[in-house]
Amino acid sequence: MTSIGTGYDLSNSIFSPDGRNFQVEYAVKAVENGGTSIGIRCKDGIVLAVEKIVTSKLLKPNANKRIATVDRHLGVVYSGMVPDGRHFVDRARDEARSWRDTFKTPIPTSDLASRLGGYLQAYTLYSSVRPFGITAIVGGFDSELEAPVDGEVGNGPSCGAGGKNKDKKHGGPFLYMIEPSGLYWGYYGAATGKGRQAAKAELEKLDLSGEGLTLEEAVKEAARIIYVAHDDSKDKDFELEMTWISGIDGPTKGFHQEVPKALKEEAERLAKKAIDDDDDEDEDEEKKEGGDGDKMEE
Amino acid sequence: MDHRPQAWGRPRDDVYGAYDPSYFHNSGPKTATQSPIVTGTSVIAIKFKDGVVIAADNLASYGSLARFTDVKRLRPFLNASVVGFGGDVSDMQYLDRHLKELAIDVAYITPEASEQTKDFTAANLFTYLQKVMYHRRNHFDPLWNQILVAGLDNDDAPFLASVDLRGTSFTSPSLATGFGAALAQPIMRKYAATEEDAAKLTREQAVDVVKECMKVLFYRDARSLDRYSIAVVTKEGVELKEDEQLERQSWAFAERIKGYGTQTV
Repeated sequence: MTSIGTGYDLSNSIFSPDGRNFQVEYAVKAVENGGTSIGIRCKDGIVLAVEKIVTSKLLKPNANKRIATVDRHLGVVYSGMVPDGRHFVDRARDEARSWRDTFKTPIPTSDLASRLGGYLQAYTLYSSVRPFGITAIVGGFDSELEAPVDGEVGNGPSCGAGGKNKDKKHGGPFLYMIEPSGLYWGYYGAATGKGRQAAKAELEKLDLSGEGLTLEEAVKEAARIIYVAHDDSKDKDFELEMTWISGIDGPTKGFHQEVPKALKEEAERLAKKAIDDDDDEDEDEEKKEGGDGDKMEE
Repeated sequence: MDHRPQAWGRPRDDVYGAYDPSYFHNSGPKTATQSPIVTGTSVIAIKFKDGVVIAADNLASYGSLARFTDVKRLRPFLNASVVGFGGDVSDMQYLDRHLKELAIDVAYITPEASEQTKDFTAANLFTYLQKVMYHRRNHFDPLWNQILVAGLDNDDAPFLASVDLRGTSFTSPSLATGFGAALAQPIMRKYAATEEDAAKLTREQAVDVVKECMKVLFYRDARSLDRYSIAVVTKEGVELKEDEQLERQSWAFAERIKGYGTQTV
């Protein structure tokens, strides 16, 4: 690495002559070793999924959750150093709560992403701290309806709270990814961690910006993508953790919740099948030398 | 005349006498929330074989003035319990926000929706609320409410309990707060005097009894309204209707009432 021995990689608050902060780049390396996490934003909701490498047989299956609820409509998943992620989640919860204290309304996903982006960025500025070794994916569903104020007693004015343009769409599913530098963008599909390359390639094949994917399909795709991303690395055993957020009319009623057992098992079954079929196909193709290889779908 | 800045905005000593500085005392007992201001009247609830029916009207009174007429005094919690508030409306708001925070705390630790309600039943919620109320009364700053909690207990049996501003708590097959304790409770007891009686009631019967009680309360309680909220809590969750109208009212009995107002005979 070019940075080693130059002296510019020892402190957080010092730029290298070519304008880089090496501590931040090392933090990104920490993320690249973490289990893959992905987020999908489709037209009617958000799906978050993470690949949890089973590091010991003594760990209780399905305990030790990695996806956290920040507010009832917000979820966070991260790759990288888990303790850093835990602290990040604590901070996110504090931000969401203080927003509620002040405005008596749930924090919009964009505002949460902005505040957390600012928080991570502050950890790149001082020599006394190190950057967060995580990249976090923040998903949320902001209410599309006239949301009641917390503790509201009556109906409020019949014209609503105001501040909304009738011709404009307000609220909906949102997905952000925040990097150790504090950089964050909004995404249709986000992936980070060890298998991010494969996962991103798979996400790009999905029609996420259009009407293409329903929430349930997105759950199945998320499971498949985690399996595909894992398959590439031929790593140890892993567990899949998945949560979702729908709108108020959807299955989770606007809340961030774990994907129900039945649906998750179905998604995992399909994911395993898709991977097996894919492997078979590869073998067939090798035998046939370019047979037209049917596309397998579910 | 005294032109020093200390005297600005104060009544003139030569006209009103020296200012009595004892009004400035900020020691001594706190008196801010020692009486209710905007109040809700009765909440009534009755158990039936699969759950609980609970109702409260949509009025918040300012003294005898019917000040707010679209007030929702039944608050669902995690789609598994309903909390009905009588008494001070601002304290109800405080508790409602507090319960919302609690619901978020529950979501932090239990990501699976079906597990949340198992962990936090109406019985658990009631125990917590009872502690909150008793704690506040020990600090001489009570939350001026009487609260009914309706839902299911840890064995999925119907659960109904009451706690008041002193932290006094009890359960019964039917419960009513405020005026309802005098006017609705006897009617409900006719149908569900014991747990065994309540276990025989169907949902329809229970709803009918509650509606009948709401009507009697509207007839006889001067701080009540004919628009009300009613909720049915069962294993399936909470069904809450917040803008119901009292039906089939008959004021024929009013003619026989004597001894009030401008009557001369």
